[in-house]
Amino acid sequence: MQKQRLVVVGNGMAGGRTLEELLKYAPDLYDITVFGAEPLPNYNRILLSPVLSGEQTLPEIILNDLIWYERHGIRLHLDSKVVKLDRTARRVVSEDGTAAHYDRLLLATGSRPVILPLPGKELEGVITYRDAQDTRSMIEAAARFSDAVVIGGGLLGLEAANGLRARGMRVTVVHLMPWLMERQLDRAAALLLKESLEARGIGFVLEAKTQAVLGDAAGRVCAVELADGRRLPAQLVVMAVGIRPNTELAESARLHCDRGIVVNDTMQTFDPRIYAVGECVSHRGVAYGLVAPLFEMAKVAANHLAQYGIGRYCGSVPSARLKVTGIDLFSAGDFQGGRGAEEIVLSDPAAGVYKKLVIRDDKLIGSVMYGDAADGAWYFKLLREGTNVAPLRPQLMYGDRNLGNGGYQGRERAAAMTDAMEVCGCNGVAKGTIVKAIKEQGLFTLEEVRKRTKASSSCGSCTGLVEQLLAITAGGDYSPAPRAKPLCPCTEHTHEEVRRTIREQHLLSVDAAMKMMAWRTVNGCARCRPALNYYVLSTWPREAQDDPQSRFINERAHANIQKNGTYSVVPRMWGGSTSAAELRRIADVVDKYRIPTVKITGGQRIDLLGVRKEDLPAVWRDLDMPSGHAYAKALRTVKTCVGSEWCRFGVQDSTRMGIELEQALWRMYAPHKVKLAVSGCPRNCAEAGIKDVGVIAVDSGWEIHVAGNGGTKTEVAQFFAKVETREEVLEYAGAFLQLYREEGYYLERTVHFVARVGLDYCKARVVSDRAQRKALYERLQFAISGEPDPWKERVAGVARHEFESLRVTSESEVTRQ
Amino acid sequence: MSEWSRICAISDIPALGARVVEVAGTTIAVFRTADNRVFALRDRCPHKGGPLSQGIVHGEQVTCPLHGWVIGLRDGAAEAPDEGCTGRYPVRIVDGDVWLEVTPRPAARTAKGREEPQARSVVSGG
Ligand code: SRM
Ligand SMILES: Cc1cc2nc3c(=O)[nH]c(=O)nc-3n(C[C@H](O)[C@H](O)[C@H](O)COP(=O)(O)OP(=O)(O)OC[C@H]3O[C@@H](n4cnc5c(N)ncnc54)[C@H](O)[C@@H]3O)c2cc1C
Ligand code: SF4
Ligand code: FES
Repeated sequence: MQKQRLVVVGNGMAGGRTLEELLKYAPDLYDITVFGAEPLPNYNRILLSPVLSGEQTLPEIILNDLIWYERHGIRLHLDSKVVKLDRTARRVVSEDGTAAHYDRLLLATGSRPVILPLPGKELEGVITYRDAQDTRSMIEAAARFSDAVVIGGGLLGLEAANGLRARGMRVTVVHLMPWLMERQLDRAAALLLKESLEARGIGFVLEAKTQAVLGDAAGRVCAVELADGRRLPAQLVVMAVGIRPNTELAESARLHCDRGIVVNDTMQTFDPRIYAVGECVSHRGVAYGLVAPLFEMAKVAANHLAQYGIGRYCGSVPSARLKVTGIDLFSAGDFQGGRGAEEIVLSDPAAGVYKKLVIRDDKLIGSVMYGDAADGAWYFKLLREGTNVAPLRPQLMYGDRNLGNGGYQGRERAAAMTDAMEVCGCNGVAKGTIVKAIKEQGLFTLEEVRKRTKASSSCGSCTGLVEQLLAITAGGDYSPAPRAKPLCPCTEHTHEEVRRTIREQHLLSVDAAMKMMAWRTVNGCARCRPALNYYVLSTWPREAQDDPQSRFINERAHANIQKNGTYSVVPRMWGGSTSAAELRRIADVVDKYRIPTVKITGGQRIDLLGVRKEDLPAVWRDLDMPSGHAYAKALRTVKTCVGSEWCRFGVQDSTRMGIELEQALWRMYAPHKVKLAVSGCPRNCAEAGIKDVGVIAVDSGWEIHVAGNGGTKTEVAQFFAKVETREEVLEYAGAFLQLYREEGYYLERTVHFVARVGLDYCKARVVSDRAQRKALYERLQFAISGEPDPWKERVAGVARHEFESLRVTSESEVTRQ
Repeated sequence: MSEWSRICAISDIPALGARVVEVAGTTIAVFRTADNRVFALRDRCPHKGGPLSQGIVHGEQVTCPLHGWVIGLRDGAAEAPDEGCTGRYPVRIVDGDVWLEVTPRPAARTAKGREEPQARSVVSGG
C-alpha cells in the first residue's frame, strides 16, 4: 500500500517541532515533503538574539540538520516558498515550480514582521528582525557603520538593540509608548529595565513617533525623523514593531482566516485535510507570538496526524523573559490584574529589584519580576497549574527558595552555579552536563532533559532548578509543559483524567484502563503501571483485579529490597509496643536465619536487615507477627508516647489511642505511605506535628492535625479538627485518609495532596459535613476489610513462585549448530 | 556444540514477570513478556548490580528495582542516556517448556567492555 503523503509548508519552529513529535508517534505513517522559504534547515529562531550579540553562532542554533531529514526519509525543499495551494487537487506549488500532492497538509508559515508605512522604508539599511538573513545583515552593518536606530521598545526591539550595542554600535530605541515592553511590564519594572539598559549605553526616546526615514545619495538610510522634527542619525534602522500571522497562502486558497488561520482544538483548519500550527494560527481568537504555546500545539497536531486522535489544545498562558545577558526579567500571565485582583509588590529601586504578583481568588494570575527572576519558573508553575496559594501567602513573595528548601535539594540560583556543581543529587548530574545537553541536543522541555540526562527524573526535587537552567540556557521561557502534566510519557492523560475515567467507565484492571485510554506503549512503564494498579484498586475495592506485576518489587515481595538484593523485614508492633514473647521470637529468628543486622527504626519498631528472599516466608512464619508494611504505599507506623498510663504530664491514653488507630487502619493502601502519631499532651513526644495525621491529646479531648511530613522537606501538620472521643478520632482520621485515597495522585503524600486541593476543601468534606464523613469512613472500612495480612497469606503458600528459584533439570540436550 | 537444559514450563513464569535460575555460579533472570516471549539476562544490572529479575517488565524492557535504569531484554543494554550492558543467554520454548543454553562460555568483550552480541539470543514462539 502506498503511504499517505504529508506536506509541510514552513520549516520553522512549529513545523519542525510537529515533525519531530509525529516521528515519535508514527515514524512510518507518512511520505513527508517539507517546503521552507529560508535557505537554512530548521533552526532555533529565538537564539538569533544571542547570535546577534555574539554569544552564539548560526551553526550552533540549527535544530535539525540536513542529515536528520535524510535519515527520516523527508524530502526537503529549501529556499522554496510555496505560492500556490490548490485544495481541490490537493497540491502545492512553490515559487521555483516544485509541486507536491498531499493527503494531509500542515501549514506552519509563522508570521511576518510589520513594516511601518513610512516614507523611505525601502532604503537600503532599513530592515526587520525575524530570520537568519536579517541577523546577518545586522552583523554586517555593525561592522561597517556606527549608528543604529531601533523602532519599537518591545522584547524583540530591546534584544536587537542590545545585540547591536554589544557589537559596538551607538543605538537609540524609539518607542511610541510611555514605557518599554508595555505588553509585559508595568511602569515600575520598565523604569528599572530602562535604567540598566541606559547604563549599557543604549539611548531611548519614549513617546515618540517616527515620521520618515531619510536616505543619503547612495540610497542608504542616514537618519530617522521623528514627528517633532528631531533627527536621529542612523545607517541601520531596525523595525521591531510587531508581527502579523502569515496567512497569505491560506487566504489565497480561501481557507477561513481571521487574524490568523482559524483552527479548532485539534489544530485542524476549516479544511479537514489541512492542519495549521504556530504563529500563523488563530486559536479561540488568540494568535501567539512565543514558542511555548507553539510546542503545545505541535504536540496536539502530531497526535492527530498520527491518527491517535487524543489531546486537545486549550490555549496557553504566555510568559516572557528578556534574553539580555545580565538582565533578569520575567513576566507571565495577567500582570495588570484589574477588578477583584490583589497585588503584592516588592520594590527596591536602589537594589534594582522589583517584583509584583497578581492574585485573584487565591490563585496567582500574573507576575512581573525584575532584577531577581530566579523564581520565575516556580511562579509560572503555580500560575499554570492554578495552585491554591493561600497557604503559601506569607512567604509567596520571597519565592521557592525561601519555603524551607535546604541542603543539596535547595534551589540555589541556577545561574550562580558552576558547571561542576551537582543539580540532581539522585542521578549525580552536574549543571555542565545539563547545559551541554540543552545546547547540543536542542532540548526544550523538562521531559526531554529528564530523558536525555536523567536530571530530575527521580525524586524530582531539583525540577525547579532544571527548569531554570532550561530558561537560562535556551533563553526564552521554554517551559511548554501543558497546564497539567501527563501521568507519564506513555500517555497524554493526567492523573486526574485517569482517575476520572477509571471511575466513570468502571475500569477494573490495569489492562482495561490502558486500553480504554489508548496507552501509547504496549505495557506502560514502571511509572504508570503501579499508579494505574493503585487507581483501579482504590476506586473499585474488592472488585478490581490486583496485578502483582504492576507493583514495585517491595509490594510484590512484601519486604524492602536492599542494595545487595536481600530484603528487610519489619514486623508490626502496635503503637510501638511489644512484649517479651515477641522479642524472644525475633531473637530466635535472627539466630536461625543468620540475619546480619537488627535495628530499631525511626518508627518505633524493629528492622531485620539482610534476609535472603527465599527465607522470607519462613521468617514470617516463625515471627508470627503481622506485616508492618514498611515496604508499601500503605499505612506504616502509628507512633505513640506513653501517655496518661505512666507519664506524669499525660492527659489522655495516647498509647491506647495509637494502637486503636493502627488496628483500624493497617492494611490500608494509599497513594503514598501514611504515618500517624499520637501524643499524650502538647509536649508532643510522639512528634505528631510532622505526620500525615497527628493526634495530640488535650485536657478536653484530642486535636487532629493533618498533612505534616518529616521527610525530604519538613512540613508542619496543619490543625484540622478538635474532637472529644476516641471514636471521633478514628472517624475523622479515617475519613480524611479515605478522601486522600480517593482523590490523591499516586506518589503524592498528604502534604502535597492538601496543598493541591486546599485544607478548606478537606475540612468541608470531613469536618463540617457529618454525612460525608461517615460515608467516607464506611468506604474506608469496606476497602480495608478486603485486604488480607500479606505475610500470613504467603506463609500459607500464596505466590510461592516469587520466593523460589528455578533449577536446571537433569533433562538436557546437546545440539550442533 | 551447545548444551541446553529445560528449566521450567512457560506458565511457571508470570506474564510480565521473571524467575531466576542459577547456572554454574551465575544467577540468570528469565523474563516473560505479555505476548509470551522469553528472554534471559544475567541477573545483574550494569549500573550497580541490582537484581533485574525483581524489576517491572514492560514491552521488551525491564526497569531495575534499585535506581530505575531501563534495560532491553533483547540486547541487555541500558536505555540512553545510561550506558552499559549485561550478559544475554539464549533461551527457547519447546512445547510450552523453557530451555536455556547452559554451555559454559567466556563472556566475549569488545574494546568498550560491552558484551558482544550473541547470534541467537531468543527463540520465541511455543
Ligand atoms: C527503616 C527506616 C530507617 C531507620 O532505620 O529508622 C527507614 C528506611 C527507609 N526509608 Fe524512611 N525509614 C524510616 C523512617 C522514616 C521516617 C521517620 C518516621 O517514620 O517517623 C521518615 C520521615 C517521616 C515522613 O515520612 O514524613 C522517613 C522518610 C523517608 C522518605 C521521605 C518521604 C517524603 O515524603 O519525603 C523516603 C523516600 C520515599 O518514601 O519515597 C524514605 C524511604 C525509606 C526506604 C524505604 C528507602 C527504600 O526505598 O529502600 C528505606 C527502607 C529501609 C528498609 O529496607 O527497611 N523514608 N523514613 C525507618 C522505618 C520506620 C518504620 O518503622 O517503618
Ligand atoms: C529574534 C527573535 C527572538 C525571539 N525570542 C523569543 C523568546 O525568547 N521566547 C519565545 O518564546 N519566542 C521568541 N521569539 C518568537 C519565536 O521565535 C516564534 O514564536 C517562533 O519561531 C514561531 O514559530 P513558527 O514556526 O510559527 O514560525 P517561524 O519560526 O517563523 O517559521 C515559519 C517558517 O515558515 C517559512 N514560510 C513562511 N511562508 C512560507 C511559504 N509560503 N512557503 C515555505 N515556507 C514558508 C518561513 O520562512 C519560516 O521559516 C523570537 C523571535 C525572534 C525573531
Ligand atoms: S507527650 Fe511527653 S509528657 Fe506528654 S504524655 Fe507523652 S511523654 Fe508524657
Ligand atoms: S543497580 Fe540497576 S539501576 Fe542501579
